[in-house]
Amino acid sequence: MTDNVTGSSPPARSTGRRRGDGIFRSMTTGSSLVIVVSIGLIGLFLLIQAVPSLQANTINFFTSAEWSTGDVGNLAFGIRDLLVVTVLSSLLALAIAMPIAMGIALFLTHYLPPKIAQPFAYVIDLLAAVPSIVFGLWGAKVLGPSLEPIATFLNENLSWIPLFSDGNVSLSGGGNIFTAGIVLAIMILPIITAVSREVFRQTPAMQIEGALALGATRWEMIRTTVLPFGRSGYIAGSMLGLGRALGETVAVLIILRSASSSSTFSFFDGGYTFASKIASAAPEFSEPLSTGAYIAAGLVLFVFTFAVNALARYIAGRGKAKAS
Amino acid sequence: MTAVLTDPNRPAQAPAFQKISTARQIKNRLATVLTGLTFLVAVIPLVWLLYTVISNGYEALLNGDWWFKSLKGVLPEQFTGGVYHALYGSIVQALVCALIAVPIGILTAIYLVEYGNNGRFARITTFMVDILSGVPSIVAALFVFALWVTTFGLETSAFAVSLALVLLMLPVVVRSTEEMLRLVPDELREASYALGVPKWKTIVKIVLPTALSGIVTGVMLATARVMGETAPVLVLVGYSRSINFDVFDGNMASLPLLIYNELLNPEPAGQLRVWGAALTLILLIMFFNLVATVISRFSAIKTK
Repeated sequence: MTDNVTGSSPPARSTGRRRGDGIFRSMTTGSSLVIVVSIGLIGLFLLIQAVPSLQANTINFFTSAEWSTGDVGNLAFGIRDLLVVTVLSSLLALAIAMPIAMGIALFLTHYLPPKIAQPFAYVIDLLAAVPSIVFGLWGAKVLGPSLEPIATFLNENLSWIPLFSDGNVSLSGGGNIFTAGIVLAIMILPIITAVSREVFRQTPAMQIEGALALGATRWEMIRTTVLPFGRSGYIAGSMLGLGRALGETVAVLIILRSASSSSTFSFFDGGYTFASKIASAAPEFSEPLSTGAYIAAGLVLFVFTFAVNALARYIAGRGKAKAS
Repeated sequence: MTAVLTDPNRPAQAPAFQKISTARQIKNRLATVLTGLTFLVAVIPLVWLLYTVISNGYEALLNGDWWFKSLKGVLPEQFTGGVYHALYGSIVQALVCALIAVPIGILTAIYLVEYGNNGRFARITTFMVDILSGVPSIVAALFVFALWVTTFGLETSAFAVSLALVLLMLPVVVRSTEEMLRLVPDELREASYALGVPKWKTIVKIVLPTALSGIVTGVMLATARVMGETAPVLVLVGYSRSINFDVFDGNMASLPLLIYNELLNPEPAGQLRVWGAALTLILLIMFFNLVATVISRFSAIKTK
């Protein structure tokens, strides 16, 4: 052993060690590179294959609502309606899910004792384990028909608000944005709740105890310490939820009824979102030019979700910097 | 001073604790009730959905053929056949995906925790993992379609589905592994270095085994998540009513795809199959979740 110290083996051992470390290090770096590159490739490939179709497009891509890709020589596709339906359904989902998620997160972190909160939190996580196609199935066959009276009531009494005016599909069966938005709200509830729960839990105990020592009720303590502390995390979580809602495919595809006329900016419209439009046409992806039209729609969706997620991260990062 | 002298029974100061005003009490109660209600509001759809799926689907599962037969040669109105072929597809596609995603994901997490030092590239990677976790499944599917079918000119197949699922699985694996690796106490690493063990061996022999159960839990959860994905199978593989063992060639069924196709079948038998497959899919995902929970319950990292 002792001759090793001055002998020839230590250098040999250390080069072997260095080689092992080098190989392992480059393996891990390479894997990271795979992830970074694949994001770039997604954007690049979608762009490359969308451009020829966009060039062959005979109408305006952004402001037109027409979608006919059957005749390759005369492509005419625009995303206006897809955008309207996607944004309307996602925003409705967000408007429903945000307050409920906040309530659940507060309930789990500051009302229930930790031991009981655990199984309760598990119940909410169960919602996240339900696959989207099952949500779609339930939304289309069970929830939609049950919501029909409510939708009819809103439509009859609030139709002076454009969002509740007559849509382009019949109210019966509930195949409209109203149903889709509610189902999407249920689907994004777990993620918003999970993120909010995490930040609400991290509220400094000093602040909480300080507020309580000053005589605040539990609600006043929450309002003055937990909510200001957790606000950025809550908003970031909601943005993540919004990203999910924007990209949700199958549930929306099954629920929404296709419409013959263009969108009327109402919750009682049918039609397609970006994602459901692409999925609905998937079996007919044979002609590169017409496929390119759907890829262009997918590119818009990608850019959209990229922006929303980057924003969520930025908000969360800013909140973290402020807290520390 | 004089007042104290004249009336010894009167306290020198007003009581320090005053009763909380009624308005504040009401607000406090209201907040308690409302937060409790939000929880109930979230539980209602869950219970309703599970009840619907179970009550409509259990009959199909009781049939002995359900687990061991495909739908080959079964007419739309016949109450026979099973989902054997779709079950096989769902599991195999998820496993092939895991085979690719787990090594890359774990290595990336190791890079972030052990080598990244929060440097420039590590921050870019973390950002990209976040973005990847937000990529909609339909976009991942379109990307693989653009790469696999349009660019390479290959046929759609179950393997293409697995590739799209890799993109969805990677961020989940990276995140959970990263979290677990950060929980491993630094003392363990330092003790290993002090004994002259090289860094890579320390990671492989000390850090990873310590965090293993947490990593396995994360992988199981990620696998369960990709099993429920429908968008990639809609775009990247055709539906088949009979069993296909070959991942690289031909159409292959999976539970979501079977549900989507049987939805078009107006016969009662079709509806039964739809709900039966939905229940099977939920059970499959629950099973993976349950295994993950059990693993994490029985072997948490000892941080002290």
